[in-house]
Amino acid sequence: MTEMSPMDHAPADQSRTDQPPVLDVRHLVTELRLRRGALRPVDGVSFRVGRGETLGIVGESGSGKSMTCLSLLRLLPRPGGRIAAGEVLVAGTDLTKLSEKELARDWRGRRISMVTQDPMSSLNPVYTVGDQVGAPLRYHGLAHSRAEARARAADALGRVRIPSPEARLDDFPHQFSGGMRQRVVSAMAIACAPEVMIADEPTSSLDVTIQVKMMDLYKQIQEETGVAIVLITHDMGVAASICDRIAVMYAGRIVEQGPAREIFRNPAHPYTRALLNAIPKLGEKSKRLYALGGQPPSLLDMPGGCRFAPRCTLADAKCLAAYPGDSDLGSGHRAACWRLSEEGAPDAA
Amino acid sequence: MTAETTRLPDHGIGAQLRSLFGDGFPWISAGILVGVILLAMVGPMVSPWQPGALDLRSAFQPPVWAGGAWSHPLGTDNLGRDIFSRIIAGTRVSVIVAFWAILLSGAIGTIIGMIAGYFGGWADTIIMRLVDMQLSIPPLALALILAAVLDPGLQAVVIVITVTYWSWYARIVRGEVLSLREREYVALARIAGCGPLTIFARHLAPNIVNTLLVLATLQVGQVIIFEASLSFLGLGIQSPDISWGVMLADARGYITNAWWAITMPGVAIMLTCLASNLFGDWLRDVLDPKRKQL
Amino acid sequence: MTQFVLRRVLQGLFSILGASLIIFVITRLSGDPVVLMLPPEAPEALVQQMRERLGLHLPVWQQYLVFLGDALTGDFGTSYRWDMPVRDLIFERLPATIYLASAALAFSLVLSIPFGVISAVRRGSWFDRFAKTVAMLGQAMPNFWVGLLLILVFSIHLEWMPAFGADTPAHVIMPAIALGWYPVAAQTRIVRSAMLDVLESDYIRMGRSVGVPEGVLVWKYAFRNAAVPLVTMMGVYFASMLGGAFVVEVVFAWPGLGRTVVEALFARDFPVVQAGVLFAAIMFVIANLLVDLSYGLIDPRIRHDR
Repeated sequence: MTEMSPMDHAPADQSRTDQPPVLDVRHLVTELRLRRGALRPVDGVSFRVGRGETLGIVGESGSGKSMTCLSLLRLLPRPGGRIAAGEVLVAGTDLTKLSEKELARDWRGRRISMVTQDPMSSLNPVYTVGDQVGAPLRYHGLAHSRAEARARAADALGRVRIPSPEARLDDFPHQFSGGMRQRVVSAMAIACAPEVMIADEPTSSLDVTIQVKMMDLYKQIQEETGVAIVLITHDMGVAASICDRIAVMYAGRIVEQGPAREIFRNPAHPYTRALLNAIPKLGEKSKRLYALGGQPPSLLDMPGGCRFAPRCTLADAKCLAAYPGDSDLGSGHRAACWRLSEEGAPDAA
Repeated sequence: MTAETTRLPDHGIGAQLRSLFGDGFPWISAGILVGVILLAMVGPMVSPWQPGALDLRSAFQPPVWAGGAWSHPLGTDNLGRDIFSRIIAGTRVSVIVAFWAILLSGAIGTIIGMIAGYFGGWADTIIMRLVDMQLSIPPLALALILAAVLDPGLQAVVIVITVTYWSWYARIVRGEVLSLREREYVALARIAGCGPLTIFARHLAPNIVNTLLVLATLQVGQVIIFEASLSFLGLGIQSPDISWGVMLADARGYITNAWWAITMPGVAIMLTCLASNLFGDWLRDVLDPKRKQL
Repeated sequence: MTQFVLRRVLQGLFSILGASLIIFVITRLSGDPVVLMLPPEAPEALVQQMRERLGLHLPVWQQYLVFLGDALTGDFGTSYRWDMPVRDLIFERLPATIYLASAALAFSLVLSIPFGVISAVRRGSWFDRFAKTVAMLGQAMPNFWVGLLLILVFSIHLEWMPAFGADTPAHVIMPAIALGWYPVAAQTRIVRSAMLDVLESDYIRMGRSVGVPEGVLVWKYAFRNAAVPLVTMMGVYFASMLGGAFVVEVVFAWPGLGRTVVEALFARDFPVVQAGVLFAAIMFVIANLLVDLSYGLIDPRIRHDR
């Protein structure tokens, strides 16, 4: 077993293929400067996603999932938000080193795109859907005329299974239902056939039947285009249904990641186990996702040792003293916990 | 009894103001406003010259920094009258007009707005129709036609401005009362047998004081400009009475000879308006942080 | 939508009717309107004739109907000062006023839109403070005084600009600045705060996330959303500039409705005053009506809702 600090290990994951990952995030640190001081909502996060693969990032709200995904596209709140350290490699290019202009021109929407939480507010109310879906195509030079932009926008709408897309190009967002609007947003994101798509809780505001349909749609799109998907969710059930691999995030760090099957069968980190226990069993009415006691630590007052220690039933003096390094549990499964080796089996407790 | 216990705690304006003299208090604006009011009251005592005193030999003297003498710090006009003294005299008119016009339009508008908002029904309909009707005439146009049938002078100016602005207050007060009327404590007071007058005085008025205060402060600048415009056109204060607008109207005739004569009274207007607008903005931020409608 | 338009047009007509009533009441307030409407030296026969025509022997409400009937048929009497039908005089002067108000509106927008947008994008910067100062000054200065200062500097001292009249396109510049500076403060403020809201919105972030250039995001995507409150406010100011350019028109000897009314007032040419104010009110109402109807062009949600 190897132990390393989170800052100096390579996030190795050879689970799928030998080819290099499309998205390779290394030791990403994001800072938010407020009047009360600087926060680090993302503090040394590393993961890789290969072509055609879906990585789920799960965790409670406030764990830094959304900030991670805004960091990837450098869409952090301004002023105050910035990437303090680390690399975001898309097909080998480090996005953190690019100028804002290059990023907008060649990357955002072209090779890496994003679907955000709220489909109701993600579309500009005063422009037609055709205009908005056509925008990435026009600004990335993939459509050279209005007519071509329209045709390709209609094509994108068709790919997200919007019925009679040509007829709906001139409609405005308010003429679409919530689920349909999320499809429009997704069409914007995939219009230029990017290599990476980040989906930040894309279905959390929709009702369950539509959620399932959207997830199926993402799967289909992935099969058609090979896009790598990073799916942010707080819903283990959603993650289980679509993800190839899972990364569990807590208080700005990834505490465990690995193949989805492995995570669900042999969760190693006490936090992951708590999350899994909180999934409502089939037939159970409870919508409450985690019955986990306590609150995640405040970003302003981060514990010195393991960040989960204050809520962890297994925590001892060591856990409170220092942050645990990642342990390799084989086949790309790794976790950051002091008690793994001592407990011996990941399914203790 | 019910009345006492159900009063909202948030209308102690004095207490609020006391805690406000800290950060961000617009000292300069407040200073200018206080200065203008003081000048209006003690003007004749500090004025170096009689504002109407002619001295043709010292006509067209420039201000002191442009080659003039300290005897006439802001220069003299075409008849040798001291511009500084005349500006001091003009503050009096501005303050009197602002005071009465705001008091009258505020009082009339508030009462009418309260009646409309509280009683609703046909009273509301009639009043609001009247307000709409009046708002369909541009303020200065209304003022012109009124000024034409009134004898020009200080009174006419006050009447014209009151007639122009009451509807402003009426509309906003009505809106506030409409929302207050449905509050529990007003309903309780009604059940407890309080008459409309008691409810107005005890429950409605204290809650709209903030709004009125902000409106009134922001109106000061507008009233001063309105007076100047009317007087400039010859429909307001009439020469030889002195107001800043009258001074500008006079100075327009010799604009090529004395730039200071046309500049100085305008600067007085500008400073006063700036001060009252800034002070009003500050007051609005402090008293109406939700930015309801002002 | 059609229903909405119809309702607003009806409301507009009602407002104009109301304005005419107010004007009627005010002119009757002074006692004998004939005294107002005829020059003091008018012969007794003419006075009698006027009384007959105005129907002063009739009850007041019938007098109003006579007044209204005359107005509806476009009969506003004859101007003594200009010696022509009042209607013709007004239609001759109206275009200059509309021209001036439009130029003033254009000036106010040319300042307030960039001011508001850039202040929002760079809030707290020196530009933000600069724009706020320029805007506040406009609100604190009487428009005629701005006009006089402009004449003083640019016509008298520098001799760059014509001071009086409306002969060339250059003539409109200074009166437009004098008239259009006042609304800059309020318009800048509303654009700035609307832009601040919009720039934080999800759809702007969405646009950014698909690579829409920053300039397009700010000036097209965001601004169009921020424009609705601006249009409301600008319409109100445009309306009041149409019906309230009296003093600026006097200062610049602008041959518009405003100066005509003021001149008529001093010549006791009351039919002109009465009709001029009524027309000011009519334009005021029409401008406000156009504003309401224009929302639909900007915001499709309004277009479809109504």
